[in-house]
Amino acid sequence: MSSIPDELHYTKEHEWVAGVDDGLTLTVGITAYAAEALGDVVYVQVPEVGASVAAGDAVGEVESTKSVSDIYAPVGGEVIEVNAAVVDDPSLVNSDPYGEGWLFRVRLEGDVDDLLSPEEYTALTSGSES
Amino acid sequence: MSRPTPLRGVHEALGATLTDFAGWLMPLRYGSESVEHNAVRQAAGLFDLSHMGEIFVTGPQAGEALDYALVGHLSALEPGRARYTMIVNAEGGVLDDLIVYRLAPEEFMVVANASNYAVVAAALAERAKAFDAAVDDRSDRYALIAVQGPRSAEILAMLTDADLDGLKYYAGLPATVAGRPALIARTGYTGEDGFELFIENGDAEPLWAALTDAGEPYGLRPAGLSARDTLRLEAGMPLYGNELSAGLTPFDAGLGRVVRFDKPGDFVGRSALEPLKDVPPSRRRVGLVATGRRVPRHGYPVVADGTVVGEVTSGAPSQSLGRPIAMAYVDNDRAEGLAVDIRGSHEPVEVVDLPFYRRNK
Repeated sequence: MSSIPDELHYTKEHEWVAGVDDGLTLTVGITAYAAEALGDVVYVQVPEVGASVAAGDAVGEVESTKSVSDIYAPVGGEVIEVNAAVVDDPSLVNSDPYGEGWLFRVRLEGDVDDLLSPEEYTALTSGSES
Repeated sequence: MSRPTPLRGVHEALGATLTDFAGWLMPLRYGSESVEHNAVRQAAGLFDLSHMGEIFVTGPQAGEALDYALVGHLSALEPGRARYTMIVNAEGGVLDDLIVYRLAPEEFMVVANASNYAVVAAALAERAKAFDAAVDDRSDRYALIAVQGPRSAEILAMLTDADLDGLKYYAGLPATVAGRPALIARTGYTGEDGFELFIENGDAEPLWAALTDAGEPYGLRPAGLSARDTLRLEAGMPLYGNELSAGLTPFDAGLGRVVRFDKPGDFVGRSALEPLKDVPPSRRRVGLVATGRRVPRHGYPVVADGTVVGEVTSGAPSQSLGRPIAMAYVDNDRAEGLAVDIRGSHEPVEVVDLPFYRRNK
């Protein structure tokens, strides 16, 4: 059973979003569930700092031994910081998906829509959890 | 529903990620597939390959029947030896690639891919009709466990009195392993020294347990299909459905050496293949190494100067090279200035000789 921290929000695309309740700067990563499903992550492409993104945009990708997946912007805004460490060492996504493996930060513009609560994300992933 | 192998319970207890592969529920990886890959290169890995098909061809004309049914010269194979060969259709298209073991003068075991063994068994039965030979698909009776890697001989020697030193590459030996009957074959799909153990289904769990215990001091790890795929790719070995298909002949795949026109008699595919043997195919199978970090994958176009000149058949990040590698079919006259179209962006690749990885002997 992979962990689903209580203080985060989630998306159907298996990303987590931190900071929704307390500010305009949101941090985005992929969940432990997604990291486990991908296997060893070998390449991470993050959006460029300064890029303007809309919720649902494909803004990067995560590549593992067996597959490649898009990273989506969970909210609209401006990308203000990216995690250079995870680009340099993509295995951080596997070893610490909610910490050192974070991907990028967005300065929120507009509203936050359609994010899942920890309970909703647990329900989304429990059906196929082995 | 996918069929489980006799080792399903073992995989689940090990926490494996299971996946459907050719209708079978197989371990994809147990933990990190990179760790499993490196264990096979540096120590040893333990694989469940029970999805493979075992088809027996027996009788006074078993060798002649296989000479007719396959592209190789199997009647010339010494008992105890094995051969890599193929079965093709009348047009010369590859139906499967196979390893054939001659267990006794009148007994052969044909090992076919999981995705194809029903087709292979049916074709063999049809093609053997005119011969004094019987074809018996025993895939449901046999499990297959492979021990692969530089320490595999030491590990297996802990469990058997069989003469492993005398067992050559591509040879097989009936033996007793951990008190269980097994056919020990020195074959594999990883580019390392190693063994494949053909065993009765009921012996699979105890043998897996015995090998796990014996291998522990040597760094043996269970390894899944994900590691198996990257290991065989580094070794330049083709995978049916990727590098091989019914739309390609053995010559197209650069494996024309398996077609033995010098054997006596006709064989299925001879008339279609004979005219091709001296004609270079329009595309050739090559190795590609990416200069960047994005991975060329199955089905991606190979491009040069904005024109499609080939297609990737398999690709993965390579542990041994530290860069993404791929096999591809590329137009004959193209070797320089190639790129792979990776989801819209053209990433440069270099053409290299296969295999990507060769073990130190």
